[in-house]
Formats: sequence, structure tokens, C-alpha cells
Amino acid sequence: MSNNSTYAVEAHDLVKVFPRGKVRALDGVSLHVEEGTILGLLGPNGAGKTTAVRILSTILNPDSGRASILGHDVVKEAQTVRQIIGLAGQYAAVDENLTGRENIRMVGRLSHMSWKASGVRATELLENFGLSDAGDRVLKTYSGGMRRRLDLAAALVARPPVLFLDEPTTGLDPQSRQDLWVVIENLVAGGTTVLLTTQYLEEADRLARNIIVVDHGRVIAEGTPAELKANLGTSVVSITLSDDETVQKAAGLVASLSDKEPTIDHNVVELTVENGPQVGAEVLRTLDAAGVSIAGLALREPSLDDVFLSLTGHKSEVETEGEAAAESKKGKPKHARARGPESDADGRDAA
Amino acid sequence: MTTIALPTTAAPVASGHRLRWMFADILTVTWRNLLALTRTPEALFFSTLQPIMFVLLFAYVFGGAIHIPGLKYIDFLMPGIFVQTVSFGAVSTAVGLSEDLHKGLIERFRALPMARSAVLAGRTTADLARNVFVVALITAVGYAVGFRIGTNVGLFLCGALLVLAYSYALGWGFATIGLSASNAETAQVMVFPILFPFTFASSAFVPVGSMPGWLQAFAKNQPVSQVVSAARSLMVVGPVHDSNAVWISLAWIFGFLIVLAPVAVRKYRRVA
Repeated sequence: MSNNSTYAVEAHDLVKVFPRGKVRALDGVSLHVEEGTILGLLGPNGAGKTTAVRILSTILNPDSGRASILGHDVVKEAQTVRQIIGLAGQYAAVDENLTGRENIRMVGRLSHMSWKASGVRATELLENFGLSDAGDRVLKTYSGGMRRRLDLAAALVARPPVLFLDEPTTGLDPQSRQDLWVVIENLVAGGTTVLLTTQYLEEADRLARNIIVVDHGRVIAEGTPAELKANLGTSVVSITLSDDETVQKAAGLVASLSDKEPTIDHNVVELTVENGPQVGAEVLRTLDAAGVSIAGLALREPSLDDVFLSLTGHKSEVETEGEAAAESKKGKPKHARARGPESDADGRDAA
Repeated sequence: MTTIALPTTAAPVASGHRLRWMFADILTVTWRNLLALTRTPEALFFSTLQPIMFVLLFAYVFGGAIHIPGLKYIDFLMPGIFVQTVSFGAVSTAVGLSEDLHKGLIERFRALPMARSAVLAGRTTADLARNVFVVALITAVGYAVGFRIGTNVGLFLCGALLVLAYSYALGWGFATIGLSASNAETAQVMVFPILFPFTFASSAFVPVGSMPGWLQAFAKNQPVSQVVSAARSLMVVGPVHDSNAVWISLAWIFGFLIVLAPVAVRKYRRVA
């Protein structure tokens, strides 16, 4: 294996089955992250993103397959790997009863820094993350955004060259999300390698050099954001019809406006296109000429759902039982799925 | 396979350092647990109020009805109260670990290069420190209501040490329960059905001789009674004096440690 030296993170054929749910959380996932870049691991809840991160950060052993961080095997050299990685989680694993400074110091000490060095580093990190004033306050008083920043700061105490961020911005308001993105970009500019999981296409698009899309524990697409988008089209024209009966007719009429087939969901027809506004106007003219009345017309950016629909032909599905069980075991709140109401793959695929 | 050199911050730990780091890690986790304790002073206040209530309840309410030949009831009672208090204190071992697990803190610990045993040892050590404080406090309360050391201070301290060692060994068992419970609330209610029969069907509050015969066999030989008898003989010395109990208690304590600590560590490794 001589061609792997430029990869900071490598995984080959990772398989993990959770016996309780009999679910293959990972079903042969391979990935690699170039040094000093961000890889975005994109997928809905239960796709296997968290399981992949937990294996790569030595928390969980894979059933088969292997992975290495900077050339060190995550199973055989777990303790070495732990010295070169940082992990910040979706559910900010910080101690509520400690202050920000104490939390950072604790992680510093447990990363085997001296007491003094961990103190110096804590001051530095609190300042970098805009938490200087809050540093000596107990975490219970922190806002969600502050907590995420502290979580990230704690992951950086020992200056790990490789960082795993598991849905770092899920549940954050837009401003906090922007702030965190800037922090992550600065880290990478400083040479850190990041593997980031997310449910947001926008986030992966903004941050990642490469994106891997996972579904049901399998990699279903990979490439640069530009490549994936080119595959997908840049906007979605969503036509809501006043009358359910005219849906098929409308879909037939507008089909020629896109090189992808329109999708139908109840009384909504959607087209994925390159030039949204132009196609939107064309849709109005076509339907008006045919006497089909519409209740609404909207343009939007492609969502994760659209990526999935485009890649797999089905909407992103409900979280799989295995990971759901694993997550509820950890007492994690089940948050909203990254998708609309009742997914009916067959229904969506008609037309 | 090309291996990229590690940055200087991640110098491999020599095996000689490993033991030193293990103790450092245990100390760090203990520090963190004790800090957390001081951040919830109301919890500390009410958890120390409970054993004080037990002292007053038994000394003034039940005590009058219980006659111990040749011994003041408060002197008979206090060693029992010590054991009961530290046993109930083990609840916090279970609850604390369960909280750490379900809040995702243990997840973070597992990705750090720290000793695997430090999370558990740091918890049981912090709880031991808390028990030292509580035992000292209860001793003062006991003194206020008439308890007197019947032997000497040295033997009394030996008795206290024995009780604390018992609580520490027991803590490892409760650590396993904490790691097994689906949440902290469940951990809390899981421990009492185990604690109650052992604590009350014992010689802690009443002479075992007053119990029905079938129960006596259990009450006499179970660990709580043995530790209570040992503490009583060391602290008070009276008709219930029983030097064998000291050795039997030590055997229980070591037995608990040898069995319960590995079980807890095994459980910890498995809860991912």
C-alpha cells in the first residue's frame, strides 16, 4: 500500500451490524480524507454517519473492514489514534456542572497535558472562540451556540491534526451556524484535517472539498460539491396544482422542460433544472396555454431530499432501527428528520 | 504502508509512564466529580440531611422500643447508621455514571487517550471522598445526641475505615448497575430493591435475635451485618463484641472488589 500516504483518514469496507435491531448500520463503507481538507459525510438520520465517526474515533470496533488515521489502525493502535484525533459531537458532550475553562482543562489533562499547559491552552481557546467572558461560568448558563463552540474548543485542546465533527451545527440558529463554519474553515486553513457529518447539503457545499453521500450504511455517491450538483441541477421548480386530477396532465406538459423526469407527490409536481427562473416562467406559460390552473409555484435550492431522490430514486427514509436503538440507548432526543411528511417512495417515483 | 510521523504533542507514552498517567487520569476524573458536587450544593445538603434524619428517627422514635442488654441504643445504633449511610451513598455512583453515559460524556472519554479504568475509578474515588465527609458529619450528629466511642479513637477510626472500604467495594457493584440502566432515574430506582433488604434485614438497627428464625440465618451472615458487627466491636465494644466479624468483613470487602471491579470494567468496555 504505497498510495495512501496523502490520506489522513482511510477506511476500507467498514461493516457494523447492531445485533439488537439486526440492522447493518454500515454495509461496506470506504472513504478517505486528504490531509488538510474537509470531507463531508452527508446523509439522513440513521444512514450510518455517526456509526462511521464512532468507528474512526475508536469508540466502536467495526465487525469487519479496517480504518486508519495518519497510518495508525483504529483498532490495533487505538490508544495512539486517540492522541491524534479530536471529536466534537452533535450532542455536545460537555460537563454541565463545570465551567467552560474547567471543561477544557479536564480534556487537556485527560489528553495528558500538564496542569499548567492545559490552563494556558484553555485561556487561549476561550479567547479564540469568543468565550473569554463566559469561561468561568458553569455550562448550565450557556446558550446552545456557546455550548457547541465550547465542545469544539475542548476537542482542540491537544491540537489534534485530525478532527471529527458529528453534525456540528444541527439545531443551531443560522447566525451560530455561520460562526461555527468560519471557525472550521480557519482550522482547515491551519492544516487540520476534518471529517464532518451533516444532514445539510448547504453545509457540505460550503465547507467540504469532497462529499460522500451515505444511505442505509452504503456510499451512494461521492465527488466534489460541484460534481454532485452538476448531477442534480441547481434549482427545483415546485408546482402546486389546484386540482389533483390535473397532476398527471401537468407533469406530462412540463416534462420536456427538464432533462430529468418530474416527480409527483399528491398535487405537487417538481422539476429539477439548471435555470430555475426561466423554467418557472416557461411552466406558467405552458400550463396557462393548456388551461391547467395552479395554486402555487415556487423555486428552491435542491435539498438533501432532492439529492436522495436524484441518486436513489427514493426519499431519504426514516432512521434505521439499529441506530435509533443505539441512539435512544444513549438518551439522545429524537429530532425531526431531514425530510418532509410520510415518505412513499413508490408514490414519489410515479410519472 | 507509509506511516506519517506523529506531531510532537502525541509522543508515544512509554510503559513506565502508563501507571503514572493512570493515576493522573483517576485524579482528574475525581477532581471533576468533586467539582460537580460542589456545583449542586442543594443536592449535597439534602443527601446529608437524610442520614441525619435516620439518626434522629432511630434514636428518638424507634429507639425507645428497642432494648439492647448492657448497651445504650444510640451506641448500638451508630455503627449501623454509618454502614447504612455509605450503602445508600453508593446510589450516587450508579446515578452519576448513568448520567455521564447518557449525556454523551463517556463517549468523549472513550475517544481520549486516557486510562480505560479512570472513568470508573474516578467516580468511586469521588464517592469515597464524599462518604468520608458524611461519616465525619454523622459522627458529630451522633455525639450531639449522646453517642460515645466505647473503645478508643484509634479503634474508632479503624472501624470508620472498614466502613469506608466496604462502601468503596460496594461502589463498583453499583457502577455496573449505573452502566446497565437505561437512564439515571431508572438507575436510582434499581438500586433500592437491592439496598433495602440487605440494610434493614441486618443487625444495623435491631438485634438479629428479635427476627423470625428463617430470617435470622440470612440476617446474621449477610455482608451488611458482618460489617456492622465489625464496626460495632471496633467502635463500641459491648456484649455484641465479635472480633471474627472484622476478618469476615475484610473478606467480604476484598471479595466484592475482586469480583465487582472487573465486572464493572467489563461492562464499561461494552457500553459503546
